[in-house]
Amino acid sequence: MPILPFASQFLETLLAVLAAPLLIGWVNQCRAWLQNRSAPGLLQPYRVIRKLFRKESVLAQNASPLFRLTPYVVFGSMILAVSIVPLVATGLPLSPVADVIALVGLLAFARVFMALAAMDVGTAFGSLGARREMLVAALAEPALLMVFFMPSLIAQSTSLTTIVETLAHRPFALYPSLAFAAVAFVMVLLAENARIPIDNPATHLELTMIHEAMILEYSGRHLALMEWAHALKLVIYFTIGIALFLPWGIAEAGNWIAIPLAIVALAVKLAVGGAALAVLESVSVKLRIFRAPEFLATAFLLAVLGMLTHVLLGAGT
Amino acid sequence: MSELAFLLGIPLLGAAALAFRGSQYRAPEMNAILSGLTFLAACALTVRIISIGPRTAMNELFFVDAFNVFLVTLTAFIGFTTALFGTPYMRVERDRGKVGAGAMRLYHSMYQLFTFTMLLALTTNNMGILWVALEGATLATVLLVSLYRTPASLEAAWKYFILCGVGIAQALFGTILLYLAASRAGGTGGEALLWTHLNAAKGQLEPSVVAIAFVFLLVGYGTKVGLAPLHNWLPDAHAEGPTPISAVLSGLLLNVALYAVIRCKVLADGALGTHLAGNLMMGFGLLTVVLSAFFLGRQTDIKRLFAYSSIEHMGFITFAFGMGGAIANFAGLLHMTVHSLTKSAIFFAAGHAAQKAGTQNIDDIRGLVHMSPAVGWGLMIGTLAILGLPPFGVFAAEFMILTTAMREHAWATPFLLVALAVAFAAVFGKVQTMVFGDPSVRPLPHRPAALPVFVHLVIVLILGLYIPAHLAAWYREAASMIG
Amino acid sequence: MIVTAQAINFIAALLLLVAFAMLSQRRIRALVNLFAVQGVLLTASTLLTASGTGQTHLYYSAALTLILKVFVLPLILHRLVRRLQLTGDVEMLINTATTMLVGIVLVIVAFNLALPISEFAGTITRGTLGIALACVLLAFLMMITRRKAVAQVIGFLSMENGLFFAATSITYGMPMVVELGIGLDVLVGTFVFGVFFFRIRETFDSLDIHHLERLRER
Repeated sequence: MPILPFASQFLETLLAVLAAPLLIGWVNQCRAWLQNRSAPGLLQPYRVIRKLFRKESVLAQNASPLFRLTPYVVFGSMILAVSIVPLVATGLPLSPVADVIALVGLLAFARVFMALAAMDVGTAFGSLGARREMLVAALAEPALLMVFFMPSLIAQSTSLTTIVETLAHRPFALYPSLAFAAVAFVMVLLAENARIPIDNPATHLELTMIHEAMILEYSGRHLALMEWAHALKLVIYFTIGIALFLPWGIAEAGNWIAIPLAIVALAVKLAVGGAALAVLESVSVKLRIFRAPEFLATAFLLAVLGMLTHVLLGAGT
Repeated sequence: MSELAFLLGIPLLGAAALAFRGSQYRAPEMNAILSGLTFLAACALTVRIISIGPRTAMNELFFVDAFNVFLVTLTAFIGFTTALFGTPYMRVERDRGKVGAGAMRLYHSMYQLFTFTMLLALTTNNMGILWVALEGATLATVLLVSLYRTPASLEAAWKYFILCGVGIAQALFGTILLYLAASRAGGTGGEALLWTHLNAAKGQLEPSVVAIAFVFLLVGYGTKVGLAPLHNWLPDAHAEGPTPISAVLSGLLLNVALYAVIRCKVLADGALGTHLAGNLMMGFGLLTVVLSAFFLGRQTDIKRLFAYSSIEHMGFITFAFGMGGAIANFAGLLHMTVHSLTKSAIFFAAGHAAQKAGTQNIDDIRGLVHMSPAVGWGLMIGTLAILGLPPFGVFAAEFMILTTAMREHAWATPFLLVALAVAFAAVFGKVQTMVFGDPSVRPLPHRPAALPVFVHLVIVLILGLYIPAHLAAWYREAASMIG
Repeated sequence: MIVTAQAINFIAALLLLVAFAMLSQRRIRALVNLFAVQGVLLTASTLLTASGTGQTHLYYSAALTLILKVFVLPLILHRLVRRLQLTGDVEMLINTATTMLVGIVLVIVAFNLALPISEFAGTITRGTLGIALACVLLAFLMMITRRKAVAQVIGFLSMENGLFFAATSITYGMPMVVELGIGLDVLVGTFVFGVFFFRIRETFDSLDIHHLERLRER
């Protein structure tokens, strides 16, 4: 059994898990710059997580085992998800499972646990957050699937690895459908990661919060895992976006020399993406929760339009 | 052909001249004289075409054959008589303060422009220009429909504009498809859309594309013909505009739009080799006839009443051309002629009647014949003629269409007969009370222009009794061209 | 050649996007701007088609499009909006989500209708016919769902844009004389619309077309 692929798979996953809070820190940094504030520092998320791990975890009296289990389930599924997305190389041992539909399922799995846990304790905020989360998710998921279908149609496969291979390693072609899909994907990304304009990650205002309301009852190491999982989720979305729409630079299967270059490329792409996210968040305003369906319907519409253009215009010939 | 230059040049220059001088006291007469000159040019052109046969002119941009030259003459003639009728009519409207100086200028200028677009649509050889001219006709008349600026007239004009705009957009797409078929069949550049070229190469046009194109063209131009279900603009536009405009809309625009449909049908028949185009026209025509006949009875406005009657007749004519064949086409052409003449005569009489009564409401118009025998009898005779009573020309045409239908499409005849009967009952009852009965109308300072009414009716009567030999030959030639 | 075709396809996709944006746009001014964007895209695609196929007459029609649909018509419309002081939102008869769904159905219809025709056409851009038809139908939908007269007019004009695009995509444009005529008609039509708005305004004191619903078939 060759050791190299497994080692690189392990290293890749480890890298992603460890770097995840850095991305959050970078986005916050950019936001601070854009808003003329002094930033808390790139490593602030690490400090927060370290602090939370040291603190005692307080549980509500009526909390069930599900409540305690959830942070591990969520964190675990995020790690699995991040390890199957091709970050720097294709053809790794976990690549065969890198199916976009499985990926959507994995994310949904984590979400269901989170929503159940939020309702478990029975506080008003938890249920409110869970309900809102499910509303957003119910609308975002079909849009996300539609977005995934488009590269899948082009690559004739729902495997992320095949998609990356197809898109990155063949003559350049303009795909109008991919442009639609990219815009729709960005909209879904904003909604799913609790970003403006759907949710505001920086506030605990009860009328507007979604994600924060769900994890309000957690503390200590549980909260740390939840925050970390949240950071990982952002990384997952970013890397999916990169794999689908900007796959250039990801190393081919078996080409180990290209990996350092691929890591640099990934870092640059994540940095640029994070900055873009900050810009996007700074220029848009938070929508009322009632407008969220409209926002996501637009994403869905764009994805469908992309699909239709794909069917009509063919694969760019 | 210098006649053609005169035919198109006179109304175009007239429109420009009247745009500046159209509000002068003598402007209505000027308008009539210009229309008269156009009519003379049309007659000269007809004489020329009869002697030398079909011709193209100006780099094949124009094409005149027996079919369209007959419509050119008819159009110019009705344009002339309507201008004569409009002379006293518009003066009364002005004296009553219903229209101002600016509106008069607009009216006269647009009247000439409308004539120009009609004649251009008839004589052009280019299917694209045909579209442009028909759209131009809408643009020229839309402001006239809202000339009185009443809420109802604005609404009518808006509906007219939007519905016809949407309809004509369909026709544009049809024209594009026609061009596609033509350019794939070997036509090059601008010549591919010339009707003469299309007609020569119609056998090589791709049938599937031409079929789709014809559907779009039929729906598009059919909107202007007033075919159901896109006929809604027609009654409103006829009722709310000034009466001369109602007369030319019914007498000219509908005919010219139908002319466009028929030109397309010739191409579709040649390319498809089936009866699809004809069947579509028959279907739309029949639907139109039945629908409008039942709406006739519910009208309370005299001009709306006759507008619905126009829809009914256009449906009838479309049905006739849809059946095709020498007799039905002959009857269709005859029906086009007599319907235009009769309907414009009726609008003349109805316009004077409404002016005298001060209202277009049928219930408020009574005893026309007592106050103004010319108007009263004109309306009565015109109505009898349009309802298809012998010995008028409409009877002859409808009789031929019905007998052809009985022979070839027996299933359709009950619908047609019932529609005719319903229409007769509805219209005759209403007109009778208006013409006879206790007078409710008052005399006007101006004498009504009775001459155009009776000239038209006499021609219709003559056409019903006896069609002159060379006219019949001419119809036959045109009918065989349509196929 | 392939790059040109791809670029045109891309522009076509953007045109479709603009058509949907118009459908969901509530503000008149933004609507006029979107119409101008549509003009820019049309010009670009016409230019690309012209350079890709060597059809020189398309350069003229691109210039015509640029002048008429990017500058003149939006300018007239903006002036009208300013003179008539039409600010604020346009009421829609159906809510946006439903309109969008109907829009998607229309796009599918258009694609199906276009398929046999575009297979027959021999142009490099024939694939875009479906999008052109979809633009026409979407503009038509916009005319149906809007209450304000100006929005209806913009719908009308954008329908003409769609037809123009259809002509470019399957036949490399209509003959020049026809295109000039169509341009003239559109221009005159816009002026007529303008005159019309003032008449409606002075009669009803509003440009809401529900005032224009009294004449019905009785």
